[in-house]
Amino acid sequence: MSNNREENKMQKEVHIPEMESLDEINLDEIPKMTRGSQLKAVWKRFCRNRLAVVGLVIFSIILLTAIFAGVFVPYEKALEQNIAIRNQTSSAEHWLGTDNYGRDIFFRIIHGARYSLLTGMGAVAVGIICGGILGALAGFRGGLLDTIIMRCTDTLLCIPFMLLVLALVAALGTSLTNVLIALMLAMLPTYARVIRSAVLTVVDADYIEASRSCGAKIWRIIFKHVIPNAVGPIIVQATMTVGTMIIWAAGISFLGMGIQPPTPEWGAMLSEGKNFITTTPHLVLYPGLAIAITAFSLNLMGDGLRDALDPRLKD
Amino acid sequence: MMGDALIKTVDLKKFFRVKGGILHAVDGINLEIPKGKTLGVVGESGCGKSTLGRTIIRLLDATSGSVFFDGQDVMQAKGKEMEEMRRQMQIIFQDPFSCLNPRMPVYKLIAEPLEIHRVYRHSADLSKRVIQLMDTVGLARRFLNSYPHEMDGGRRQRVGIARALALNPQFIVCDEPVSALDVSVQAQILNLLMDLQSAMGLTYMFITHDLLVVRHIADEIAVMYLGQCIERAPAKQLFREPLHPYTKALLSAIPIPDLGQRRKPVMLHGEVSDPIDPKPGCRFARRCSQCTEKCTQQDYPLREVSPGHFVACQRYQ
Repeated sequence: MSNNREENKMQKEVHIPEMESLDEINLDEIPKMTRGSQLKAVWKRFCRNRLAVVGLVIFSIILLTAIFAGVFVPYEKALEQNIAIRNQTSSAEHWLGTDNYGRDIFFRIIHGARYSLLTGMGAVAVGIICGGILGALAGFRGGLLDTIIMRCTDTLLCIPFMLLVLALVAALGTSLTNVLIALMLAMLPTYARVIRSAVLTVVDADYIEASRSCGAKIWRIIFKHVIPNAVGPIIVQATMTVGTMIIWAAGISFLGMGIQPPTPEWGAMLSEGKNFITTTPHLVLYPGLAIAITAFSLNLMGDGLRDALDPRLKD
Repeated sequence: MMGDALIKTVDLKKFFRVKGGILHAVDGINLEIPKGKTLGVVGESGCGKSTLGRTIIRLLDATSGSVFFDGQDVMQAKGKEMEEMRRQMQIIFQDPFSCLNPRMPVYKLIAEPLEIHRVYRHSADLSKRVIQLMDTVGLARRFLNSYPHEMDGGRRQRVGIARALALNPQFIVCDEPVSALDVSVQAQILNLLMDLQSAMGLTYMFITHDLLVVRHIADEIAVMYLGQCIERAPAKQLFREPLHPYTKALLSAIPIPDLGQRRKPVMLHGEVSDPIDPKPGCRFARRCSQCTEKCTQQDYPLREVSPGHFVACQRYQ
């Protein structure tokens, strides 16, 4: 049945007077089409941005370190205490020195990457998905739904961020998952707002109406027209906040409500080291650097990605 | 009238709820467009021309009234029926800068309507059809992978036309397709549209505020004022003998490219009255030089004063 209809349509298509028939067109004679190679074009544009590639390389190294941390160094090594060698600076044996309990800081940073990246990226990813759905709905539908969603996010935004996170963690109990949930909920209104405004700039565009006039369904409009055109500010917001999230997670740990010692988390390491900041500054320097480099590489990558996704900025 | 009407609207109304009342954008339009002909719709900014066009192809849902396409009610169509009707009715937009997704290359843009309706099973056929459409609208094949921002206005508008033609529609609403273009390019696009019409038997509704353009392209002209059609006549007849005072004023504004010949344009005074909750009576009365008391007392519908020439004015009732 459907085949029949397909054929009818096909027949209709070719009966146009004064037009070269489809069979006479030789596809080899014309420029290759971008069909399916959109990703390749984006990748090419991304590679043209040197800084973005640097960001990608640094971030890949950090990510691989986090994934294969156990292969480089056994987890026990990061927890091994030795009072005899506490608060030492860099040496051939302990590359980045040792902390107040004589634990190797380099090993702790390697294993800490797991927890820090997980909290940072996890909170951002879940926050963007949930905030994205809410914000896109609000922007797309408008009206009463928009008002309800936006007033709820406004209410959440009124509560100081840290207070909200602490209240949530206190209510849910201290664990990595709960910290993630708390951070995600606290970030949600911001993402919902950013995404709503990004959608609003696009949703009234003529090309959306043009697509509707061809009979496009709503999901096609969202995925082919709204998201590609609204994705810029969202990517920037996401990459900028991963670093922030890591620091917030550290803050929660610092207040004793997040990741519990002796788990080697970058933020927790920072707060443990802050008591010795005047005597042995390397205790905070190295985990701090780890956070900064991660956030920096993500920012570079995000900037490059945003530009690469926009064909208008091609050259 | 000439031939069968492909498009027919019956008392079509489109109101918008705005602050302070209800805006009557399209207020009781009755018109017919015969198959293969062009209806020009003229009027000043904000008179509801574009809204009328969009309501006819159901980009906007009408407040009341109905639109018939080949005898079928467009407003009542559902699901598959509507899908089929979308294939038959297309629109060319005014601004070729904003009606093309800036993140899609020409190939994707032209292929979009074909992909939506799953016209072709093989991507090779789809590609061939895209090439064919580009040839049809006079767009060089080398632009296949270009993005809209890399092309000039005329080429962009050709992409817009190719998109509209992709599904072989019978009826196309041209919503000021040339007003954003240079004059030299305007002529090319107009000629292209007219060639396409004669080659494919297309029916156009041509919305514009450019009177010379509409005189060139339209078979019949409808003059709109504040959401209402106040005069409708075959193009030649309208230019030879405009009846409504507004049409007269509008036509006298056309410049004559001759230094020796001077003509005093009919000057209109006052402002367009508010389209929000309009009062009964002729909408033009406040600016009309021949306005009498009778004008504001009741509505005057279109009346046929000579064959094919309709006018809504109390002087011709």
